Amino acid sequence: MTASIRPVVVGAGPAGVRAAQTLVAAGLRPVVVDEAPAWGGQIYRQQPPGFTRPKRALYGFEVTRAKAVHAAMAAIRDRVDYRPHTLVWNAEGERLDLLSDGRAATLTYTHLILATGATDRVLPFPGWTTPGVYTLGGAQVALKFQGCGIGRRVAFLGTGPLLYLVAYQYARAGAAVAAVLDTAPFTAKLQAAPGMLRLPAVFAKGLWYLAWLKARGIPVRSGVRPLQVEGEARATGLLWREGTRERRVACDAVAFGYGLRSETQLADLLGCRFAFDALDRAYLPVRDAAGRTSVPHVYVAGDGAGVMGADAAERAGERAALALLQDIGTAVDGARALHLERELGRIQGFRRALERAFPVPADWAANVPDDLVICRCEEVRAGELRAATREAGAREMNRLKALTRVGMGRCQGRMCGTAAAEILAQACDTAPEAVGRLRGQPPVKPLPVALARHVEPEEVGR
Amino acid sequence: MPILTRLAEHDRRPLRFMLDGRPCIGREGDTVLTAVLTEAERLRLSEFSGAPRAGFCLMGACQDCWIATETGECLRACTTFLAEGMRLLTDPGAAP
Ligand code: FES
Repeated sequence: MTASIRPVVVGAGPAGVRAAQTLVAAGLRPVVVDEAPAWGGQIYRQQPPGFTRPKRALYGFEVTRAKAVHAAMAAIRDRVDYRPHTLVWNAEGERLDLLSDGRAATLTYTHLILATGATDRVLPFPGWTTPGVYTLGGAQVALKFQGCGIGRRVAFLGTGPLLYLVAYQYARAGAAVAAVLDTAPFTAKLQAAPGMLRLPAVFAKGLWYLAWLKARGIPVRSGVRPLQVEGEARATGLLWREGTRERRVACDAVAFGYGLRSETQLADLLGCRFAFDALDRAYLPVRDAAGRTSVPHVYVAGDGAGVMGADAAERAGERAALALLQDIGTAVDGARALHLERELGRIQGFRRALERAFPVPADWAANVPDDLVICRCEEVRAGELRAATREAGAREMNRLKALTRVGMGRCQGRMCGTAAAEILAQACDTAPEAVGRLRGQPPVKPLPVALARHVEPEEVGR
Repeated sequence: MPILTRLAEHDRRPLRFMLDGRPCIGREGDTVLTAVLTEAERLRLSEFSGAPRAGFCLMGACQDCWIATETGECLRACTTFLAEGMRLLTDPGAAP
């Protein structure tokens, strides 16, 4: 019976690895497609061969989970068809189009688990395209994956748990941390504290990073509004507002971000139904408690299905794999499935509190100057978005895209989509859900032009 | 002054490459982005404003880090590992 089942897992972070592990335990041989050179995802990203820092130094408090996820994949390595360095650039019917080291291939599946992860949620501010300005996640990758800092003296800005974590990791690695600037007011954290106690260990870690940074005399400020990155050829300083006062710090790099946004293009291309999620302030694939989407045999798990963090991702990956097994008529441990769903519910409660502690600045869109570049691919400015609304009546994201090219560039709206939706909603005096979402288009990431020459079909499960 | 600064993992095999006609040295395991930005302040110039760019997300999402080779190919610098002898250009339009 299972011989005709060809499961594919996209992504090898905590969700993808646990999904693959669960399928293997049931006797299936999944294909695991991973854009990275090695499994672990972003959070447990492995350094390249030849790097020697111990895992403890890379993953800190998360070292136990990182090791567990790495070991889980290593243990099933010869029972999965693992495809590192492989991009899924299109999904249609029951077929994926892949690109691996310049070679194209197609992959058919009967069941698909999308564990595509998330990237930083970006809200631009003046100077954000200056060399030396990176996302918080990017700053972390530089350190974890390459042993590099994004600068010698780095300012950290935005909001969310990553803000404090990455600042801490930089200071530990020997970089100078110029300042940690949280746009959320301190009162938001106090109000959210009771909810965050649902996961006391996670809460305690957050407090610990904060205390550590403060104890080293690193300026940590709340309720700030970014004004400007100084410098042309590269960042030389950062200006921000605190109440009515303007402040400045000298720095040669800035890392910023406002939480995470899910990578959902493949679910979109496959026709999964989406709905607006108030917590993520984004459209997400509709899923049941097990991770089933509206399209039969397509499942979503982990941060790519809605941002809940790595511990939730492991559970969601396992739960989605159990759902797949249930759907092909394999007996699964029902109590385990229920337990996973309960755990996910508990983490979701914590997530709500986190969102209250680190709210995205509600006044962002209203205060964006007209000349601010929103789309860094095509350099579309906020004023052009507003003019499209005012003069051409754009009230919906895809109309706005057609009129201004926002979201049409090489990143397909990954970096500008959130910001453009917020600006459009503000210009139309409506809520972000009312302006819809950018539709995905293949290729979901740019392909080298020479690609078409090498296309050859390929079957799985050989 | 280069953008990136090496904080760890110094003892890796050196790899030679050319950047804008200048001989440079990276290390085995460097991405193209790391190798270039530990030597220089940009990867490319924006095709719209001409402003310098040095990548943004470092995880293959923003597509801001494409860099040209002397033979006219483009590499996504943050997801491509440096190889010995690469010949890279941050401004392919500049006179040789
Ligand atoms: S820096 Fe974003 S894709 Fe390379």
